[in-house]
Amino acid sequence: MLGPLQRLGRTGIGFFERLGRGHVFLLQILARLPALLLRPGLVVRQIYSVGVLTLLIILVSGLFVGMVLGLQGFNTLSDFGAEESLGVAVALALVRELGPVVTALLFAGRAGSALTAEIGLMKATEQLSGMEMMAVDPMKRVIAPRFLAGFLSMPLLAAIFSAIGVYGGFFVGVGLLGVDEGAYWSQMQANVDLQDDIYNGVIKSIVFGFVATWIAVFEGYDAVPTSEGVSRATTRTVVHGALAVLGLDFVLTALMFGD
Amino acid sequence: MKQSKAVEIAVGLFVAAGMAALFILAMKVSNLSTSVNGESYTITASFDNIGGLKVRSPVTVSGVRIGRVDSIVYDFETYEAVVQLRIGNSYDRFPEDTTASIFTAGLLGEQYVALEPGGSEDNIMPGDRIQLTQSALVLEQMIGQFLYNTASAEEK
Repeated sequence: MLGPLQRLGRTGIGFFERLGRGHVFLLQILARLPALLLRPGLVVRQIYSVGVLTLLIILVSGLFVGMVLGLQGFNTLSDFGAEESLGVAVALALVRELGPVVTALLFAGRAGSALTAEIGLMKATEQLSGMEMMAVDPMKRVIAPRFLAGFLSMPLLAAIFSAIGVYGGFFVGVGLLGVDEGAYWSQMQANVDLQDDIYNGVIKSIVFGFVATWIAVFEGYDAVPTSEGVSRATTRTVVHGALAVLGLDFVLTALMFGD
Repeated sequence: MKQSKAVEIAVGLFVAAGMAALFILAMKVSNLSTSVNGESYTITASFDNIGGLKVRSPVTVSGVRIGRVDSIVYDFETYEAVVQLRIGNSYDRFPEDTTASIFTAGLLGEQYVALEPGGSEDNIMPGDRIQLTQSALVLEQMIGQFLYNTASAEEK
């Protein structure tokens, strides 16, 4: 009778304990960020592995998402004789939603899992403890630069995704399907607002970058130091990262575009 | 150190590409290049009915976009909607008897304020109120009037 109840309680306590550890961990990272200003080289190297190496998948996905939006949008809009609005449809979809969200999902899959696996393996092979033995703070040397790199890379990746997607839609809509080039751009410029659409999209991507990177480094740092533990942590990074991004996206959308 | 130089160049290119993408989004995709930049002034106009006019709707003269709607409030003194129009300073020589009308772009398009200059010698000053206005056409009212007219025509 009391067995299942006890298990439920244990799960609940474990969940909140992990949540608390995650937040304490975040505060510890944030406290070490100012020290990174003295060693920007560390961050640059991490931006390379987190941002530059993710660029290819972002470019290809952005192009194809834009092209698909162009194709689908054209098919639907031409039913209403509104093909000229294709530019607006593509740009708004990318800038408001797909740019930040798809980039964050790809980012969690490509860069987040790599971060978790790297940090988890460092922990499993006791490199982190080794650093502590040498009086090097692993939070400062390993975790904080990776966190900052992810946080900085994500908005840039999302912007690249949206921009290349707009050109993908342009390529399909104007190049292949014969939408007027002037109408594509002018309708887009008339209806996409810098403040309401672009800035809000950038804010979204900043929030997603923060959360996805936080989850990735925390899962790595908190992983059970065995090969199985690291593999589980990597899976959790992708799953939790994706869920957090999608959930937050709803909240942010409701706040930004809800009125 | 060769490795790290290549890394730094790659990161530099990445950051530059990200900035360029943001710049493209701001300049080419959004309305930054078409919005009213720099100096501007406001005039007001009262309408019986503004239909679907919204803040930031365009203000045009002869189809040329010269500004946007700054604010819309309801005035209990006159029981009319007071629309404040923000117009670029390069368009500052409208006659006093300019007419402001609310039109719809296309059948289902957004609504905008169109100014039609009159023939007066005196110019409108910043902060002035446009006297001659024409309200938005509400489709339901038009259909209602049309049905009423046809019904009364049949009776005769």
